[in-house]
Amino acid sequence: MAVEASLDTAQDAGRLPARPAPRPPARPATGERPAIRLALTGIALAFLVVFLFLPLVAVFAQALAGGWQTYLEALQEPDAQAAIRLTLLTAAIAVPLNCVFGICAAWCIARFEFTGKSLLTTLIDLPFSVSPVISGMVYVLLFGLHGLLGPWLREHDIQIVFALPGIVLATIFVTFPFVARELIPLMQEQGSEEEEAALVMGASGWQTFLWVTLPKIRWGLLYGVLLCNARAMGEFGAVAVVSGHIRGETTTMPLHVEILYNEYNMVAAFAVASLLALLALVTLTAKALLEWRYADELAATRRH
Amino acid sequence: MPSRFLKVLGIAAPLLLAAVIPAQAQTTLLNVSYDPTREFYADLNKAFATKWKADTGETVQLRQSHGGSGRQARSVIDGLEADVVTLALAPDIDAIAEAGRLPRDWQKRLPENSAPYTSTIVFVVRKGNPKGIKDWGDLVRPGLQVITPNPKTSGGARWNFLAAWGYALDNAGGDEAKAREFVAQLFKNVPVLDSGARGSTVTFVQRNLGDVLLAWENEAFLAIEEMGKDKLEIVVPSVSILAEPPVAVVDQVVDRRGTRKAAEAYLNFLYSPEGQELAAKHYFRPRSPEVAQRYAERYPRLAMFTIDQKFGTWTEAQAKFFNDGGVFDQIYVPGR
Repeated sequence: MAVEASLDTAQDAGRLPARPAPRPPARPATGERPAIRLALTGIALAFLVVFLFLPLVAVFAQALAGGWQTYLEALQEPDAQAAIRLTLLTAAIAVPLNCVFGICAAWCIARFEFTGKSLLTTLIDLPFSVSPVISGMVYVLLFGLHGLLGPWLREHDIQIVFALPGIVLATIFVTFPFVARELIPLMQEQGSEEEEAALVMGASGWQTFLWVTLPKIRWGLLYGVLLCNARAMGEFGAVAVVSGHIRGETTTMPLHVEILYNEYNMVAAFAVASLLALLALVTLTAKALLEWRYADELAATRRH
Repeated sequence: MPSRFLKVLGIAAPLLLAAVIPAQAQTTLLNVSYDPTREFYADLNKAFATKWKADTGETVQLRQSHGGSGRQARSVIDGLEADVVTLALAPDIDAIAEAGRLPRDWQKRLPENSAPYTSTIVFVVRKGNPKGIKDWGDLVRPGLQVITPNPKTSGGARWNFLAAWGYALDNAGGDEAKAREFVAQLFKNVPVLDSGARGSTVTFVQRNLGDVLLAWENEAFLAIEEMGKDKLEIVVPSVSILAEPPVAVVDQVVDRRGTRKAAEAYLNFLYSPEGQELAAKHYFRPRSPEVAQRYAERYPRLAMFTIDQKFGTWTEAQAKFFNDGGVFDQIYVPGR
């Protein structure tokens, strides 16, 4: 995220027309002197290497410090396996739910005018602006033993916090803007002429969505889902609050990394961390592949 | 077609259920503990499971959760289903009792104030002791960096605080104001407060921050075992505190889950010769005189005072020093 932002600023700076200098006249008005262009590219690259590439290399170097055998053993350890399963299960529940929610929210914000619309838009952004720790805490306050619903849940023998449901809830909370944020500007821009045409021609609402709207938004949707998935698997703060840190039961991969690190077990900690990094890289590669393969379509449907 | 679908469902559903719902046939116990006990309970749990199997024929599976003692207590209060709690100090279990999860007289239910092992607070310094730290008095030297966790969330940090206070009190002939000034001075030398003892050890050992680490004796030995004798050494102060980390069954949980028998046996196992031996192996000070005798030379000798001798009771000390607006809040200003 940070890197994208930094790249953007670098590019923006590169594009800035500044105050077009009268000399030399041959140079395009929006260009910069080669030295400046070189310096800016250099800074951006150096930034990337220091803040992104080196740490990534360090993770893999540390993970493989004890050789492949120890690396694989660390990943096969039952607690690590449990953490991997929990992380995948959490993402498998949270991402589809957020996908449905994101489409619904984007649909109603982009297509309808109603009072409170701007409030809804702001609310969708809430998880971005609230600290993840708070996101976890609200669920403890709601579902904890002394929380609002705690006594009732206890009577019915339902465990929410310090168990899978709490972890899933916290994950959904922190990841729910991703799909919606991706789709709202896209759908607003696309307008609803095609849908109107479909309806006029006698398509049902569901058919219209399936055959007209969905194909129009699929790339934005996929992009949102990828981002949402990356965050769902990597979330630490909110999940840490509701997890209870029960080894092999309620520890997701990021939490398991912390536990191993605190036990001086560097190789295992970085082995699990490298797997997380790998999952992130796979997500990024998928995104890059999509962008490369469908560049034209994306350009047509995406404005940022 | 539907029959094939049903067949697939018939195979897939139980598999899915098996993956999601952990096996219910065996007893599981959750032990919610503080930071520096990870390695000890990992060993003890194996020994207890073997013994329980031999005694009763049942399989018992133990689950661990570790973190700063205060934070762990908070989780249990908020509904973490701990069958037993093994925390760093009595007030944390008192807080759980106050929330109604176990009786208030829990500490009387097991021998030795429900503390099957003890420990104390020592210093860890870099190899060769480059800053020449010998006793508590050295910790207030200007420019020295002292690493200790946050007394609000960590049990070990509260023992650290009270050990320093006790030393200062003795040194000043019982003058409270002087003790307060000493401890305030000491905390001015603390650059960062981690939330648990293990966090502080990692800060000192891995991130190389600070000149001296105030640590549980067992944590100090463990850090040296992990990091090598060529990097760190222990400095034993002239006087320190006798830390008694207590254990308790959480009645509300074990009665609901039907695990009381196993949970009680688990805690009693801590007092057995085998449990005491394991405690000693992990550098706790065992209560059993025979086991203590056998490991006598591994523990440095130093004068130790108890909470009761210096501060009345833990409840009083907790209220005076660590509750909101207490002495710690008054003397510690972050970033000063």
